[in-house]
Amino acid sequence: MDDSIYLDEARDPLIIAEGWMKDGKDVAIATVVETWGSAPRPVGSHLVIDAEGNFHGSVSGGCVEGAVVTEAIDVIGSGKARMLEFGVADETAWQVGLSCGGRIKVYVERLG
Amino acid sequence: MDPYVLKTLNEERRARRAAVLVTDLGDGRDRIVREGDPVAGDLGMAIAKAFRTGNSGSVEAEGRTFFLNAHLPRPRLVVIGAVHISQALAPMARIAGYPVEIIDPRTAFATPERFPDVALHAEWPEDVLKRAPLDSYTALAAVTHDPKIDDFALKAALDAGCFYVGALGSRKTHAKRVERLLALGAGAEQIARIHAPIGLDIGAASPAEIAVAILAQTIHAFRSRGLEAKGAVA
Repeated sequence: MDDSIYLDEARDPLIIAEGWMKDGKDVAIATVVETWGSAPRPVGSHLVIDAEGNFHGSVSGGCVEGAVVTEAIDVIGSGKARMLEFGVADETAWQVGLSCGGRIKVYVERLG
Repeated sequence: MDPYVLKTLNEERRARRAAVLVTDLGDGRDRIVREGDPVAGDLGMAIAKAFRTGNSGSVEAEGRTFFLNAHLPRPRLVVIGAVHISQALAPMARIAGYPVEIIDPRTAFATPERFPDVALHAEWPEDVLKRAPLDSYTALAAVTHDPKIDDFALKAALDAGCFYVGALGSRKTHAKRVERLLALGAGAEQIARIHAPIGLDIGAASPAEIAVAILAQTIHAFRSRGLEAKGAVA
């Protein structure tokens, strides 16, 4: 059980995004804005991505992060936000033990 | 996201203040709303709900779709007194999602053997609260019965706007406490916020049952935040 009442600054995606911005990096922020079924991460969860594809946080517990990172790099380039939708009800995912079986909508936007 | 908005949001989160990030999903514009900021209409009602529940989600208002990301500090419970009630209260509150800190300068009471896995301070509340101040996302339960230990913490909790303040003791004990708090400079309406006798009235008798009553009252206070104030005005 996580008992901390303060931010975990080393792992908090929004703190990391701010740090990257201060370092002069281009950053995208992905946010879970809607879920259906047994989505592994709650609405409001963040994944932050820089232009080199480094990322922190999660929007699905590993199922769709790869795809979100690819889209995020495009969003950093174009500056145009995107809404992504994933169905993670995948037989293979279930078999390898991912807590999937839901669908999620992820909003990806550039910082600045 | 606007870089200034991100900076502001992180400042609020670091300071343990609640904030809702409002993003217009049509044009991507965003802004921070702090607790108590006036926002009109359906959007304002949805924001108020996000503050109360801590749940994020989308809302349709003014013909647009907004995403509300609720950033609420994690509530915590500070217990003054490493007594029998606290031994039951600490694990129960933790399971319910309210991490507990126990403060009691009496080293015979505040021992790790009696309180395994609990943040325990065998110090005076004056010293601990100077380092880790109370705030509006903190509940305070004073259960030592000893004015020397309880009173300072109760006054500090009222001044910090703790969402819950409870004090153990009979009505007679509390009447004397009210006199002392007035002498310390607390206002009458401030003092009226103290739940005393402590805990929901469920006929609790044993220390563990009293702990249940305190926890239930804490949860009720947390989930009705803001509603109480509006009721007082009406």
